[in-house]
Amino acid sequence: MSTKQFQFKLVLLGESAVGKSSLVLRFVKDQFDDYRESTIGAAFLTQTVTLEDQTTVKFEIWDTAGQERYKSLAPMYYRNANCAVVVYDITQSASLDKARNWVRELQRQADPSIVIALCGNKADLSARRQVSEEEAKKYADEEGLMWAETSAKTGEGVTEIFTAIAKKLPLTAPASRSGAARGTTAARSGVDLNKQSTAQGQNEPCNC
Amino acid sequence: MDEEYDVIVLGTGLTECILSGLLSKEGKKVLHMDRNDYYGGESASLNLTQLYRKFRPDQTPPSELGRDRDYAVDLVPKFIIASGELTQILVHTEVTRYLEFKQIAGSFVYRDGRISKVPSTEMEAVKSPLMGLFEKRRAKKFFEFLQNWKDDDPSTHQGINLDKDSMKTIYEKFGLEPGTQDFIGHAMALYLDDDYITKPARATYDRIILYTSSMARYGKSPYIYPLYGLGELPQSFARLSAIYGGTYMLDKQIDEIVTDADGKFVGARSGDETVKAKQVIGDPSYFGAGRTSAGKIRVVEEGKVVRAICVLKHPIPGTDDSDSCQIIVPQNQVNRRNDIYVAMVSSTHNVCAKDVYLAIVSTVVETDKPELEIKPGLDLLGPIYDKFVSISSQYTPTSDGKADNIFITRSYDATSHFETVVEDVQDVWKRVTGTDLVLSKKEVEVQE
Ligand SMILES: Cc1cc2nc3c(=O)[nH]c(=O)nc-3n(C[C@H](O)[C@H](O)[C@H](O)COP(=O)(O)OP(=O)(O)OC[C@H]3O[C@@H](n4cnc5c(N)ncnc54)[C@H](O)[C@@H]3O)c2cc1C
Ligand SMILES: Nc1nc2c(ncn2[C@@H]2O[C@H](COP(=O)(O)OP(=O)(O)O)[C@@H](O)[C@H]2O)c(=O)[nH]1
Ligand SMILES: [Mg+2]
Repeated sequence: MSTKQFQFKLVLLGESAVGKSSLVLRFVKDQFDDYRESTIGAAFLTQTVTLEDQTTVKFEIWDTAGQERYKSLAPMYYRNANCAVVVYDITQSASLDKARNWVRELQRQADPSIVIALCGNKADLSARRQVSEEEAKKYADEEGLMWAETSAKTGEGVTEIFTAIAKKLPLTAPASRSGAARGTTAARSGVDLNKQSTAQGQNEPCNC
Repeated sequence: MDEEYDVIVLGTGLTECILSGLLSKEGKKVLHMDRNDYYGGESASLNLTQLYRKFRPDQTPPSELGRDRDYAVDLVPKFIIASGELTQILVHTEVTRYLEFKQIAGSFVYRDGRISKVPSTEMEAVKSPLMGLFEKRRAKKFFEFLQNWKDDDPSTHQGINLDKDSMKTIYEKFGLEPGTQDFIGHAMALYLDDDYITKPARATYDRIILYTSSMARYGKSPYIYPLYGLGELPQSFARLSAIYGGTYMLDKQIDEIVTDADGKFVGARSGDETVKAKQVIGDPSYFGAGRTSAGKIRVVEEGKVVRAICVLKHPIPGTDDSDSCQIIVPQNQVNRRNDIYVAMVSSTHNVCAKDVYLAIVSTVVETDKPELEIKPGLDLLGPIYDKFVSISSQYTPTSDGKADNIFITRSYDATSHFETVVEDVQDVWKRVTGTDLVLSKKEVEVQE
């Protein structure tokens, strides 16, 4: 049976402590940890979503590594991203303002075809809600963003939002699109540094 | 900010970011700050807005140059040698996963008023106008001698001792003409002046072998270049550092390097906050840049480099419409002490809009009219749409930092590659940690 596989670069954006890393952890490992220190050494996480027609979408997930905390996220981080999950915390209205800034930045700097999902996290804390569903939904509609509320703690809505993104991505290109191909060595247009010069080794006559 | 760090790093140039990444990976608690709101310091790549803000604050970029976001204009012209030390570090730290590289299409050398391609295949070498027929034979013998050299096999030495005999002796042995010597010493061994000729030949031998093995690696030139500009390099190492727990703060003014009564480093002050750490590493601009810093001259100027960033609407004439190239103008060809050097990249490398070409002409300043000095390089470019000229001082630290825990890096020099940057990284690493920087040789996966 031949299944189609697609790979995409997904980045998380949003204010510090809204639950970006927790969402990734829930999505990738189905875990949650109340007292988790920032993830050290977790460079790259991947998770695969299988759609109804057996198409698989592999997300290459880039977490911020905390660089958003003091406005120090490098442009390299969201360059070539195929999709972005912009997260706010439904119990902090200021975090939605930060999310708006990120959306604006993506609209300015990222690939115009980027799929952006706005994600209201910590839905389990709705007793302390400061951002109404209506307000967020309205903003998302205006900007053409996908929108959902999630809880990394309970798992509510997490798989759903990633699956929805997978469905929205243009599943027409071959497995490695230019953006997502970064980080993997397959099918790149450029040169692969990991490749040793084999055919022409040290003892060959110089090739100058 | 009342935590105490192991190391504070000031400035996010490539040197500082590599050090920061490696130190965090070693488990050190690192705080990395920069006064600018972008990464890269002197080795940044800027978009048009940032470029104009830096060079022409009172002007906005012309709209005909296209979209701001399409630009990543390097401030320092350097290419990565495919088999060089930086490549080793990129592979070792796996920051290659954040980057994509392309070859530089060609390397050219200026000779008698025109430029010729540095041959990259034997076929090109045979056809090259750089040498006459008999000289080509002599050159062939010379290259064969170098290629066949084995330290432990005296029969390959032809009476030469690489550690004692000078390059002059070897050039004479093979009867190579001055023009060929220029070509070998400057376009292949990449020396900026002729001081190497009278020194033992070993270093030159190593450089020629590095050049030829780099050339052999991908074919067109010995150089590779990261898509979206050189500024991607510091950003990648910063991410590495952050992943291993490094804390990043951009747009942070550093007002004072705080020292104790013995002059030892205590912390860095920004406004009325002082962050403490055991050690500080930083680029010269954070330590007085030639003026006193905390009552001491910490860095001195060794010389100046002039660089002209030129925006072109066409490829450089005589380069077969190459989308990227290096041109070396050997010093003897233009009666100078230092080579002039041109580095050109284009939209193929995602650093500018389509049909725009970015060339940087640079050299070590020798007179009080630096802009005039690069004229032979500028003249090779054809019509120049716009030009941004800068003169940067080359600072070097006055002490090794071991006494006061203040470790200062060097400015980016006039060389066309990153080998000296890596030397500086190794040097600072040793001063800071007391041990040599050892990169574990990793098994590299070869993909089909
Ligand atoms: C920049 C440079 C780099 C070089 N690097 C290398 C190297 O890495 N390895 C290496 O083996 N050699 C190198 N050479 C030497 C050059 O490649 C030799 O000229 C070539 O290898 C000839 O080899 P051959 O065995 O085919 O020549 P031979 O069998 O000796 O006979 C062919 C002779 O005719 C000459 N010839 C043939 N066609 C032409 C032509 N169109 N124009 C001028 N002369 C012609 C050749 O120079 C050669 O001497 C280099 C030369 C230059 C200029
Ligand atoms: N109650 C609740 N807490 C959450 C949720 N997601 C994250 N958190 C907590 O919020 C804090 C910050 O989360 P983290 O993932 O580190 O945020 P980041 O800085 O955006 O990556 C942590 O203490 C998490 O345990 C959630 O859905 N519900
Ligand atoms: Mg996080």
